[in-house]
Amino acid sequence: MTIQFNDETFRGDYSFRNSPWAIKRFPFPFHEDSYMYSVNMEQHRGGPAGSVFEKRFDVDEHYVSEMRDRALVLAEDPLRCQSLPHMTLAGWDLLELIMVSKSEDYPDLFELHRDGDRWRWVNKPLGIDDTFTFMDETTLPYGPLEYITRQTQGDFAVLDQRDDNLWMDAGMVTTQADWSLDFDIGMNFFEWHAPVPLAHELGIFKRALKFLMNVQQGAPARRLNWTMTVNPLLDTSPENYHKWGIQKTELTAENIGAKQHLRVELQTFYRLPRSNALVFPIRCYLIAFQDLVTVPKWGRRLHRVIRDLPEELATYKGFIANRPLMIDYLSRHDDGLPTSPGVWADLETEPPLQK
Amino acid sequence: MSAAPQKAKAGAEKIEVIVSAVVPVNDLVTRFEFRRPDGAPFPPFSAGAHTVVEMKDQGRTRLNPYSLMSDPADPSLYAISVRRDDQGRGGSLFLHRQVKPGDRMTITYPVNLFPVDLRGRKHVFLAGGIGITPFLAMIAQLEKLGARWELHYSVRNAALGSYAGDLTARHPGKVRVYHDDQQQAIPLGDLLDGQPLGTHVYVCGPKGMIDWVHRTATEHGWPKDNVHSEEFLAPQPGTPFEVRLCKSDMTILVGENESLLEAMERCGVDAPFLCRGGACGQCETDVVDHDGSFIHRDHWLEDDQRASGKKIMPCVSRFVGPTLVLDR
Ligand code: HEM
Ligand code: FES
Repeated sequence: MTIQFNDETFRGDYSFRNSPWAIKRFPFPFHEDSYMYSVNMEQHRGGPAGSVFEKRFDVDEHYVSEMRDRALVLAEDPLRCQSLPHMTLAGWDLLELIMVSKSEDYPDLFELHRDGDRWRWVNKPLGIDDTFTFMDETTLPYGPLEYITRQTQGDFAVLDQRDDNLWMDAGMVTTQADWSLDFDIGMNFFEWHAPVPLAHELGIFKRALKFLMNVQQGAPARRLNWTMTVNPLLDTSPENYHKWGIQKTELTAENIGAKQHLRVELQTFYRLPRSNALVFPIRCYLIAFQDLVTVPKWGRRLHRVIRDLPEELATYKGFIANRPLMIDYLSRHDDGLPTSPGVWADLETEPPLQK
Repeated sequence: MSAAPQKAKAGAEKIEVIVSAVVPVNDLVTRFEFRRPDGAPFPPFSAGAHTVVEMKDQGRTRLNPYSLMSDPADPSLYAISVRRDDQGRGGSLFLHRQVKPGDRMTITYPVNLFPVDLRGRKHVFLAGGIGITPFLAMIAQLEKLGARWELHYSVRNAALGSYAGDLTARHPGKVRVYHDDQQQAIPLGDLLDGQPLGTHVYVCGPKGMIDWVHRTATEHGWPKDNVHSEEFLAPQPGTPFEVRLCKSDMTILVGENESLLEAMERCGVDAPFLCRGGACGQCETDVVDHDGSFIHRDHWLEDDQRASGKKIMPCVSRFVGPTLVLDR
């Protein structure tokens, strides 16, 4: 299908909207009525047609506007994109992975023509048609990592693998849930995960790291993570906390349906061929509560998850203060009926709200 | 469970290839070159990577890992060099005796357990015999990056020094060859002492040589993380074994090239799974009875759970013995 790209903002007047198509394919992250951290990794080799899991790098109606927002963030703060000197090769790996994947998965939107090292890249939605020499940085307007991630939705952490650990030695991070590349750069897997509550004690990071170090070329993996964001903000960074943190206090019973967003990250893991690095794309999807509850199953379930979530998690995710407001709103969309297992909307089989 | 778990096969993806050349290098070593039947480019790889070659040898499958020695920048072919091992389990004999140009074979996507540390200011390669192969790819890669390297290559005699002539001719100042039959040995201690800060050392060769390099480097005050050696985790097809599944009320046979999980799925048992890599815990299964030993390969079970003999992770782990009964 052809995608109609929205013209919208993730700041100021917040004109971001999800179409009915985007609502239906939203990656709802809860497969049951409760939530706890787990080693929730699976293979990333496609998924149901039309779902966000189908393609290697999902492109949706927010693409063009998200890229415009990224450019604004970078103009104010160039340190959102960094690459330690030994990571340049991984940058080329990532550029190749994305160009090949997108041109194969979306041939009507992206084209890659390769003649030896002479490459021509056509990105129709963004109006780009560039010819460059693969592995020659002087032929691109930015380094390879920055060049390609200015054209790809989601944040990117690029991890060097050595000494039995992963090291955050490069990245493009402008749509993050309150963490900072500039702070984490050079850290290892356990160091950057240090602030996360409970998961260390559960042995989750130890097992996750072993799995990640074993991710092989051609066999990517994925997982989902989630949090809450007031207003459809992509850039909820510590650097700009003074701008967005205060917006959390503006939530009321009247505006919560429109303002409060569930924020879901589709995180994928790819082994990069030339550098042996691991790339970790973190793709952010936002949905307003009022849109989410149009799917009866999701409304019921989100209420139960948020109501019963351990306090440590609600605190870490930054919505403990607003939780009573959320529960109040969501409870009106929960009639106590049982929910079907799995994440899918099941619109045909799940009954409408009975109250 | 999470989103849309995939029943894709675990482990590395496979590539169909055609043997495009079989080139004797010397009395013991032969080079095999592969191309893709459709002429498509191979996946790029990083120097130090190996591929696992699948060999159908008289009804059984052998899976042997070999370092990719071709230039990582050349996607038109993959090449390996294989030393004939007359005492070994037979993979090298099969390749030397049976494989001819034009044959079709299956190999895996490259896997790298011996990567170059790209932060290194300088890279010193220590090769013993056929251990030269990963360094051929590393040298090609580092030459392109303009990085500093040198190679010290120990061979039995001049006639068995695979690629030694080529290497010295092409990189005169950077390659030293040492001949056992002339009582020449790599002057390891001096070599290690003379390196600039930030140098990384890589060794590939017989086990004795690898141990010697690690030991000497430690004695000379080298940080552990600056000394690298190839650790071949030989892939594990495993002997077929029989499993009784209580709840499903059936007995199934797990073949040598499938996992226990895959065998259950093949027989129509709806077994839970998520990661298919031994990390998520979803496939954890209770053992009702067993006579034999477990081969646990997961990252999930704790040591005491393994010792108890009451749990198995079917996505990666196997069993050897006459009786295994699972609560599935
Ligand atoms: C190499 C890839 C990964 C990177 C770069 C990464 C990075 C991060 C970062 C930067 C944070 C925020 C920490 C903070 O508060 O400052 C985080 C949180 C977290 N990570 Fe990872 N992570 C990776 C893989 C994983 C995996 C495989 C798991 C597996 C289970 C995991 C589980 C978590 C959890 C549970 C949190 C807390 C999230 C929340 O409650 O919102 N991470 N990660
Ligand atoms: S499926 Fe994840 S541990 Fe077996």
